[in-house]
Amino acid sequence: MASWFARLNGPQTLGNGRGFWLGFVAVLLLLVVLPFFADEYLVNNIGYFFIWVFMAMGLSLLWGYTGILSFGQTAFFGIAGYTYGVITLNYGAAYGLTFAALLLAVALAALVAWIIGYFMFYGGIRDVFVGIVTLSITLVLETFMAQTAGPEWVIGTARLNGFNGMSGMPPLTIPWPGEDEIFLEGRYLFWFLVALVVLLYLALRMLVNSRFGNVMVAIRENPSRVEMLGYDIRRYQLIVFVIGGALAGLSGVLYTTWGTYITPSAMGLTAAALPIVWTAAGGRKDITATLVATVFLVWLSQILAVKGSQYALVLMGLILLVAVMLAPDGFVVTLAKKIAQLKGRNTQPPSNRSETKLAESPPPP
Amino acid sequence: MTAILETKNLSKHFGGLHATNGIDLSIESGELRCLIGPNGAGKSTLFKLILGSYPPSSGEILFNGENITKLLPCRRIEKGISIKFQVPGIFEDLPVAQNLLIALQHRMSKPRSQTELERLMTLLDLQSARTKRAGDLSHGQKQWLEIGMAIALAPSLLLLDEPTAGMSPEETFKTGELVMQLNQQGMTVLVIEHDMAFVRQIAQKVTVLHFGKIFVEGSLQEIVNNEDVARIYLGKV
Repeated sequence: MASWFARLNGPQTLGNGRGFWLGFVAVLLLLVVLPFFADEYLVNNIGYFFIWVFMAMGLSLLWGYTGILSFGQTAFFGIAGYTYGVITLNYGAAYGLTFAALLLAVALAALVAWIIGYFMFYGGIRDVFVGIVTLSITLVLETFMAQTAGPEWVIGTARLNGFNGMSGMPPLTIPWPGEDEIFLEGRYLFWFLVALVVLLYLALRMLVNSRFGNVMVAIRENPSRVEMLGYDIRRYQLIVFVIGGALAGLSGVLYTTWGTYITPSAMGLTAAALPIVWTAAGGRKDITATLVATVFLVWLSQILAVKGSQYALVLMGLILLVAVMLAPDGFVVTLAKKIAQLKGRNTQPPSNRSETKLAESPPPP
Repeated sequence: MTAILETKNLSKHFGGLHATNGIDLSIESGELRCLIGPNGAGKSTLFKLILGSYPPSSGEILFNGENITKLLPCRRIEKGISIKFQVPGIFEDLPVAQNLLIALQHRMSKPRSQTELERLMTLLDLQSARTKRAGDLSHGQKQWLEIGMAIALAPSLLLLDEPTAGMSPEETFKTGELVMQLNQQGMTVLVIEHDMAFVRQIAQKVTVLHFGKIFVEGSLQEIVNNEDVARIYLGKV
């Protein structure tokens, strides 16, 4: 158990010091008490920002850590979102069925990721072609779902509804003794989201600092060398792709429950490009940077959208451009490095940090 | 003596180009063999065929008597083959120690890999560079790190593709010492090398490749005195 916790810190993550974790706990406490003094609108909104974090962290894992640039994480987002809609519209929300629907939807997204990943990686598709294949898949799915307006496109009692998408699915519920169930809405949904983000964030930190994570970053650096060290890299790539697909699926389900609707445009080109922007702008090689940047950029997009500006997407494009040109490691990572530099210690990038720690305690088996 | 590696009529054709053409090579267990030949002779292609980076056009490869012609590269590595690439394939963005750990962790537990790491660091003279980004090493050190990753697997057959390319004479000499030391410990080594001083330092037996075929094979002395070999290097055959 202790060795698991030891992996929270390591060479593959930024923020391994006491200061970072104190800040982490402070932010967490703030989030936990936030619903008691903030208005419901704000709480709902922050919850909405967190919904996207899972897909972004999955992309960071894929692209930043393992060097697999998937341009189609939204495919899994959409598959899981629609699956949740179909199941809950057919079977309702009683007896905690919504949670079963959530798990099934995420499992289906993971299964589809496994099938696609299997053919890609075992078929020898690499580099930029992974991006092309995944982007094609999400666009095909969008086009397909957009033409399901007719009454013949129905699963059980759930109409797919073409371009307008599905709506009216129930929010997540927890069965509760004495009552029928508790609806996870408002502050309850918020706490649920915070818990999920924290849980998965910590789990991913452990993953990337493990031996498995060591192989992931090695594949990013030089896949053929890793192969010649005796690793079957296809297996590693496939596992990471499935994890990424499941995380995108989780975002998809949560998005669907949050707004009680999902449309084909969730799998469109714009939607597919946004996770790339968040991940690249924050720092794809670090899970924390990705998390922070995603929350910030989704917030920024929303502010611009609420103000009636149509330029939110243009700005996202601009941010990507500036990030690529000025801070190829991402703004958050660059900033973190600068801070570390000012403190006069650990001036190296995330993947290079904590070598002394690494040498003392390599990731356990 | 038993052959650790045998290739039988091994050929690789790229369209009309016969990169290797019916190579019958036999390496005895415990041998230190040098593979020389002019550019384009098929040396690196032969290595890639042995490792499984390419499938051969025809012929087969036996490792310890087992036919490995159709095995995946990673399975061949698991059987005890290891390679140092011509261009160092180190993980540039990762620290030196982590590079070696990634090579070590596949076959050993955490405490053992730690002891082994220390041994390799000392052996390769990289102690002072352990926390350095591998991409920031000097060229010679990169070559050593790459050699270190190859020997971290404790292979029974080590393939070295131009281990001393770009090294100073002093570094080359040290590399030669290291290769001979590994060989004396029982590792079979097959080396591609252009640097004849290095070949002279380490070689027991030399195979000369030319136009994808074995041109001549013999002791170092025989090869050095062979006028035909001198001529193919000058492009007269």
